[in-house]
Amino acid sequence: MDRFVFLTFDGLVRGVVLAAFALALVLIWRAARIVNFAQGAMAVASVYVAYSVTAATGSYWIGFAAALLAGLALGTLVDVAVMRFVDHSSPLNAVIVALGLVLLLQAVLGMTYGNEYLPVAAPLSRDALSIGGLALLSRYDLFVFAAVLVVVVALALLFTRTPVGLRMRAAAFAPQVSRLLGVNVGGMLTLGWALAAGVGALAGMLVLPTELGLHPNAMDLVFVSAFTAAVVGGLDSPAGAVVGGVAVGLILSYVSGYVGSDTAPIAVLVLLLAVLLIRPNGLFSSAQARHV
Amino acid sequence: MSVIGEPGQRVEQTTPASAPAAAAPAKPHLPWGGSTLLRHLALVALAAVVLLGLTYWLEPFRNYQLATVAAYLCATAGLTVLTGLNGQLSLGHGALMAAGAYTVALTQQMLTDRGATGVGVLVVSLGCGVLVSLLAGAVIGVAAARLRGPYLAGVTLAVALVVPALAITFDGTLGGEQGLSFYVDPPPAALGPYFPYERWQAWLALAGALLVMLLLANLVRSRFGRSLRAVRDDEVAARLAGIHVARTQVLAFVVSAACAGLGGGLLAVLAQSVSPGAFSMTLSLFLLMAIVVGGLGSLAGAVWGALLLVILPELTHLITEQFTLAPATAQRLDGNLPLALFGGTLVVVMIVAPGGIQRVLVRLARRIDPRRRTAPGPEER
Amino acid sequence: MTTELLSVRGLTAGYGAAPVLREIDLTVHAGSITAVLGANGAGKTTLLRTLSGLLRPSSGEIRYDGVSLHGVPVEQVVRRGVAHVPEGRGVVTELTVDENLRLGGLWRRDRAAAKQTLAEVYELFPPLAQRRRHAGHQLSGGERQMLALGRALMARPRLLLLDEPSLGLAPRVTAQIMGLLRRLRERTGLTVLLVEQNVRSALSVADQGVVMSLGQVVSTADAERLRSDDELRHLYLGF
Repeated sequence: MDRFVFLTFDGLVRGVVLAAFALALVLIWRAARIVNFAQGAMAVASVYVAYSVTAATGSYWIGFAAALLAGLALGTLVDVAVMRFVDHSSPLNAVIVALGLVLLLQAVLGMTYGNEYLPVAAPLSRDALSIGGLALLSRYDLFVFAAVLVVVVALALLFTRTPVGLRMRAAAFAPQVSRLLGVNVGGMLTLGWALAAGVGALAGMLVLPTELGLHPNAMDLVFVSAFTAAVVGGLDSPAGAVVGGVAVGLILSYVSGYVGSDTAPIAVLVLLLAVLLIRPNGLFSSAQARHV
Repeated sequence: MSVIGEPGQRVEQTTPASAPAAAAPAKPHLPWGGSTLLRHLALVALAAVVLLGLTYWLEPFRNYQLATVAAYLCATAGLTVLTGLNGQLSLGHGALMAAGAYTVALTQQMLTDRGATGVGVLVVSLGCGVLVSLLAGAVIGVAAARLRGPYLAGVTLAVALVVPALAITFDGTLGGEQGLSFYVDPPPAALGPYFPYERWQAWLALAGALLVMLLLANLVRSRFGRSLRAVRDDEVAARLAGIHVARTQVLAFVVSAACAGLGGGLLAVLAQSVSPGAFSMTLSLFLLMAIVVGGLGSLAGAVWGALLLVILPELTHLITEQFTLAPATAQRLDGNLPLALFGGTLVVVMIVAPGGIQRVLVRLARRIDPRRRTAPGPEER
Repeated sequence: MTTELLSVRGLTAGYGAAPVLREIDLTVHAGSITAVLGANGAGKTTLLRTLSGLLRPSSGEIRYDGVSLHGVPVEQVVRRGVAHVPEGRGVVTELTVDENLRLGGLWRRDRAAAKQTLAEVYELFPPLAQRRRHAGHQLSGGERQMLALGRALMARPRLLLLDEPSLGLAPRVTAQIMGLLRRLRERTGLTVLLVEQNVRSALSVADQGVVMSLGQVVSTADAERLRSDDELRHLYLGF
């Protein structure tokens, strides 16, 4: 029973990070109808920036901020310098280009930092705090929860209560009409990419201290897991991404705990197949087609 | 993205008189039509002769590289048919190559443990490798048949990531991170005592590649090939025309998986070992890059792609050798520069020339000789 | 002497090889309502899309308020005072009524003025005020037309490009819309370029009628003439 509780909390923490990452994927999907296969590589690149900045300044938090900024910058760059020029008539094109970016990013990181696992320290204690004799969450886990909560709330407020958010939603739902209303649709798309990459960078910063170490391929499995989470929730639904993330996090935790941590990729594959074959539109998607 | 005709098609179209002859097969009840099969056999025979001569001319290391190209070609050819002609984007073909490779390794171990020798051993191993990857392809294909676009890509990416997990989970049989090594017989005695091993490797791999090319060339020109394209272009229309869409999708996957399995098996034979590191997600992305840059849907493009996979790392190695670098830096560059170039090339090609090398060559040829027109595919945009 | 607000000369545009608009000449005076009439496929919608910049013309000139609109990006056109309500209305169904309306005025720097305009639009369209939190897809056809119009008015346009407002609407609702256009013209001097299949409604409010056929203007006449001249009507409008 102890183990189950422990795995549950561990899974929740994992899940919340996956939720953030899945949100980033949903953001770009809604804005551009693209699954950003480069999301993981972009996140890991941002974390490497934090690594360098932290090494130079000695401060984790400055590095953290640098990672977020790097994410924003990278997202902007990818949209403006690459995705703008892709022929979107076939959905495969953007996927292939994103995969090319993955190769490129991972290679550049490998050349700059090497392919060994670099240690990433957590800013707060990762020892579990005991409540009533049960070892539950650590300070770091609480930090993770808080960080993701802040991001989710901030994004929700941004999209529903600010003019920028309204423009972004309009640009995503009805780009031509939005242009007629004076909305800079291209700019909103770039903003979407920047935000998504920033959120991905945050997720990367949160998850990597719990992984083996920093490595160009470190976010590959996280990407696939988050993709699974986004699909579970329905690619169109931010709420679904959050729920999906938590669900996938829990499942992975139980599988890792009871079967073995090396089997996690297998569990993800099985889960992804199951969802796509049983409920391909996800649990929360609105089946309503976009009409004007 | 446009699809280009296969090698040899250009020659057909120069005179209108030959067009009806090519269109109406001599024996219509044969699945492939007599003339197409014969033509392809002749081409393969010609290629075999030329390549045979090449293996006598090349030095051992180049023969080894030629063998590697041939092994990759098996995989790229199958993948370009699946993705280019049938529209299914698979990021998991590295895993299918792994399936073939590991099967070959295990079969070789098993057979040599029992004292079996001779070329037959290799044939059996490779055959088993093809069979296993074919089955794996069938399983994935059945699941994939209902998925489209990014969903299919995501699932096959998950498949690609499963390889190291499987190797470690079943490390008793599969050898974990270290992988497996096995024994491959030297060239048969009939070839003489001084027959270079690398030439033998090249012969094995080239035999596999030629077989794959023959099979796929005929498949592409057959009714099945037309079904593949029809499904890719417009599923609804294809279904209305009586094509069983799901079956076509699965078959395409199975065929490409078998080819990938052969390629993986050959790679294993060349290295006399397998390990999860050799069949990572990166390999799947390499294959994708190869077929896109070569030209999606084109078998000639698959050849370009396979060549690129071997030549580019060679070139980057030559470049890095020019500079005196610390060994650690040199190692980093050696490992990653090809990746960077592959990735960059993929991005640039997709934006600038989505049809790949083959398309560029076709356009150049058209400019030089306007009479040499390839049949414009309905896929041209 | 009324000024020319919109002047189009030799406009040619299309989506591929064959042009849809061929050498269109058109003049719209400030404060007038011009009806663009013609059968399906005549190019009426394409004309509006070219005017608002959604489609690049291959040749010809568009002058708005004396200034050429050549090369002006779509997002800038509304800032100059040209509001285009596209075919199908363009109501963003995932957003609420209030959000749709606010969207129309977001580009305006003067937030207070935009708020004022929003209040005026709600006054003009009471049904919208009642349903301001409803999502776009919950509205009826008539309400959506009101929403699309209200949203366009949020920009305080001088020129309103309207594409088939009566489409799918009951005659009573259509009459209301047309009446509204007339009132707006009288109150604010709004200029309207109105594409319509419903010739009778269009001519009931229009000052001039432009008849298009197969991408060309075949007749430009006073609405009065088009209403009364049977021969002209038979020839170009089929009744």
